[in-house]
Amino acid sequence: MKRSNEPIVWSLFGAGGMLAALIGPVLVFITGIAVPFALMNPDTMSYTHMLAFSRHWAGKSFAFAVIALFMWHAAHRIAILLHDFGVHAVALVKFGCYGLAFLATVIAGYTLLTLGG
Amino acid sequence: MADTEKIIEIEVLRYRPEQDKEPVLQTYKVPFIEDTSVLQGLQYIKDYLDGTLSFRWSCRMAICGSCGMMIDGKPKLSCKTFLRDYYPGKLRIEALAHFPVERDLMVTVKDYVKRLEGLKPYLIPKEARTLEAGEYLQTPQQRDRYMQFSACINCMLCYAACPQYGMNLKFIGSGHMAILDRYNADSRDGGRDERMGPVNEEDGVWGCTAIGYCSVVCPKQVDPAHAINMYKIESTMDYFTRFVTSGEADK
Amino acid sequence: MSIRQPYVRSMDGWWKRNAYYIRYMAREITAVFVAAYALVLLDGVVRLGQGEAAFNGWLQALKTPLSLAFHLVVLATFVYHTWSWFSIMPITMPIMFVGGKRVQPGTITGTGLVAAVITCVAVFFVVEGISS
Repeated sequence: MKRSNEPIVWSLFGAGGMLAALIGPVLVFITGIAVPFALMNPDTMSYTHMLAFSRHWAGKSFAFAVIALFMWHAAHRIAILLHDFGVHAVALVKFGCYGLAFLATVIAGYTLLTLGG
Repeated sequence: MADTEKIIEIEVLRYRPEQDKEPVLQTYKVPFIEDTSVLQGLQYIKDYLDGTLSFRWSCRMAICGSCGMMIDGKPKLSCKTFLRDYYPGKLRIEALAHFPVERDLMVTVKDYVKRLEGLKPYLIPKEARTLEAGEYLQTPQQRDRYMQFSACINCMLCYAACPQYGMNLKFIGSGHMAILDRYNADSRDGGRDERMGPVNEEDGVWGCTAIGYCSVVCPKQVDPAHAINMYKIESTMDYFTRFVTSGEADK
Repeated sequence: MSIRQPYVRSMDGWWKRNAYYIRYMAREITAVFVAAYALVLLDGVVRLGQGEAAFNGWLQALKTPLSLAFHLVVLATFVYHTWSWFSIMPITMPIMFVGGKRVQPGTITGTGLVAAVITCVAVFFVVEGISS
């Protein structure tokens, strides 16, 4: 009787899903539509502003949380999707999906930490 | 006022291991009236058209759980499904999905029963109690906490609805989880920790991907999808706190 | 005595058998768009670390018609995600009683959706306020 380690990824999946559900739409609207197409001040996402945002501990944490949690949420769901579609190479699927999420987490964390501030 | 009798075509997926390599469709023309159930249609076939047709049934009133089968691709109790709803089209009947077919509309039930027995589906008293202590008292709210899960009739429609079970016959499934919670949540019971081992496994609650079709097909409104998904939080909390608290049995 | 030879049926293409299963697959596929958006943001963060010229390249890419189309699709799937997330949330919650009455799934879903609307509106106005 072996206890599953699924709770770890399920917690990340849940956190990411909740975050995406609460602020996903507005985030996509602002970064992908409103600012680039000047529905909001186009300077909002200028290099200077985004650098200042990412140098602040709050901005850093927010950016990290969004990227990492969205990726872990997606990784878990996509791994399950692949299983549902009949891909039965379980270890490979898990390694690929969670591996990608882990990579994104590391890259985001490292970049944000070395931005200064 | 006489009910007018109509005829409906019923296609049954036959399977007789002594003569069929694979299941084969056979069509029957069955007369029916307003309140003829699919079960009665099958009984007509067996009584008048083809005595070799095999199927399970008992109470014919949706309480024994024996007559589950796939009716036009959906898991249903044949005693609770009516021919009038499929007329004038055809009706296809197959054995309950995801279970091996023994013969015609009969499936292998052994695994289901064996797994259920292993989950300790009975009250395990919190403490030893004498007759002199009298009966257990329960508030309506305490009873409501587990009441809907006690309605399970072991018809296995939820297992026929669950593709995760279809792809992994070791998966605990939502029906068993509903029955499990019926006991865990009963104020008279003290066996929660004993029952959690199978729940925390990969084939326990973690085989569930929240499809939810099980609750849609349940003929007794048990809502097994809720039961199994509830335990994901419980299993997760136990996973992270087990080194601190006494936790659930790690056998 | 009859022969037993239990017949196991295939699960291939199971998700096509039923409209309910197809809707489940649609719900899960939203994850691909969540990942896609996160990778766009990750790209932005990496470019930010590479300097102004690199970051401006990212900003320019956001102004293309392809990016607009992508983000409109992503926006639609995120809205669908919010809706389906809070619709499914009640089944993961423990059975709760308030004032002797069972908390209904609709209450949980409704509360979640309201929280999402409030959060989105709040974030919008905070960003709007800061950027002006």
